Amino acid sequence: MARILDRLFSRQENSAYQAKERMKLVLVHDRTNLSGKALEDLKDELIEVISRHVEIDASAVRIEISQQGREQRLIADIPLRATTRRRIG
Amino acid sequence: MPAKVITVTSGKGGVGKTTATANIAAALANMGDKVVCIDADIGLRNLDVVLGLENRIVYDLVDVVEGRCRLRQAMIRDKRLPELYLIPAAQTRDKSAVSPSDMVRLCDELRPEFDWIFIDSPAGIERGFRNAIAPADISVVITNPEVAAVRDADRIIGLIEAEEKGPPRLIINRIKPEMVKKGDMLSAEDVLELLAVELLGLIPEDGEVIISANRGVPVALDGKSRAAQAFRNIAHRLKGEKVPFLELEEQGGFFGQIGRFLRKGGG
Ligand SMILES: Nc1ncnc2c1ncn2[C@@H]1O[C@H](COP(=O)(O)OP(=O)(O)OP(=O)(O)O)[C@@H](O)[C@H]1O
Ligand SMILES: [Mg+2]
Repeated sequence: MARILDRLFSRQENSAYQAKERMKLVLVHDRTNLSGKALEDLKDELIEVISRHVEIDASAVRIEISQQGREQRLIADIPLRATTRRRIG
Repeated sequence: MPAKVITVTSGKGGVGKTTATANIAAALANMGDKVVCIDADIGLRNLDVVLGLENRIVYDLVDVVEGRCRLRQAMIRDKRLPELYLIPAAQTRDKSAVSPSDMVRLCDELRPEFDWIFIDSPAGIERGFRNAIAPADISVVITNPEVAAVRDADRIIGLIEAEEKGPPRLIINRIKPEMVKKGDMLSAEDVLELLAVELLGLIPEDGEVIISANRGVPVALDGKSRAAQAFRNIAHRLKGEKVPFLELEEQGGFFGQIGRFLRKGGG
């Protein structure tokens, strides 16, 4: 068991693993021309626009680029707040 | 059947385009196919020395395009392999001496007489690359299992798709199995997962490649080395034969993994 943990741990440390993880991010940014900062800005604006129409849980909004083959997709997960007012009344 | 035009390209320089062009072309010619190689790296010609034909150059690609000689006169025939020809690049001009439409016209003229036309592209994403890719039926991207080469390969794959010359097929060159095993080199599987294109071949790092370039005799011709075998396998795959990928990692199950990856990825 210790050996398995050892190997799992060293896998995170080895340079090939690091190269792959770094390249995943670099390639997504290269392909979409979207930097990490641009994605954050987009998320803030998205929250602002959607909040005008419906109440959302802004702190739980997730936005990410998912990949399938060489295609990228922008995925936004935006939890809505339950409308508690009605229940109280 | 008219020739298929295969453009060998990479993005990053020095990853093995010229080596792969010379060896795959020689392997196909050795199987009896009629092959012509065009060196599109104007100003930095190299394919002639790797093929051992440097002493026989009279005319070059730019002479043909500018009408100073007939196409036939610029085609050097390899004496060892009568079915292999080279059209060398000009050494004293630059890439702007040839246009993409010149390359299309040239290949159209060659097509009826050959089975394969190989174009050795220069590194980079500019004019020379555009010239090389313009007539391509099949584009082949070469990379090494290193971050910079993989990143540039991804750029080139995007450009090839944008020019509607895709989907490209990938060759991973200079793999060092012992480093992969130690976790210090991206594995073929890692590179394939990152680039998400169809695999054409895996070539190990092999001193025989350098020795054969020194001699001007493509290693794929007589070599028993693993690189020689890898180049011949690529030639067979281009001819539509199913050839399993070389087992470059000592640990078992590597093939299987690649096979599964390809089926899953649908590439
Ligand atoms: N599998 C291999 N094993 C060992 N050496 C190799 C291998 N493949 C290529 N090389 C060596 O790497 C060097 C660069 O190869 P090559 O000239 O084919 O690259 P290139 O992509 O054509 O370069 P350029 O971008 O300058 O045109 C050469 O010295 C070649 O002998
Ligand atoms: Mg070259």
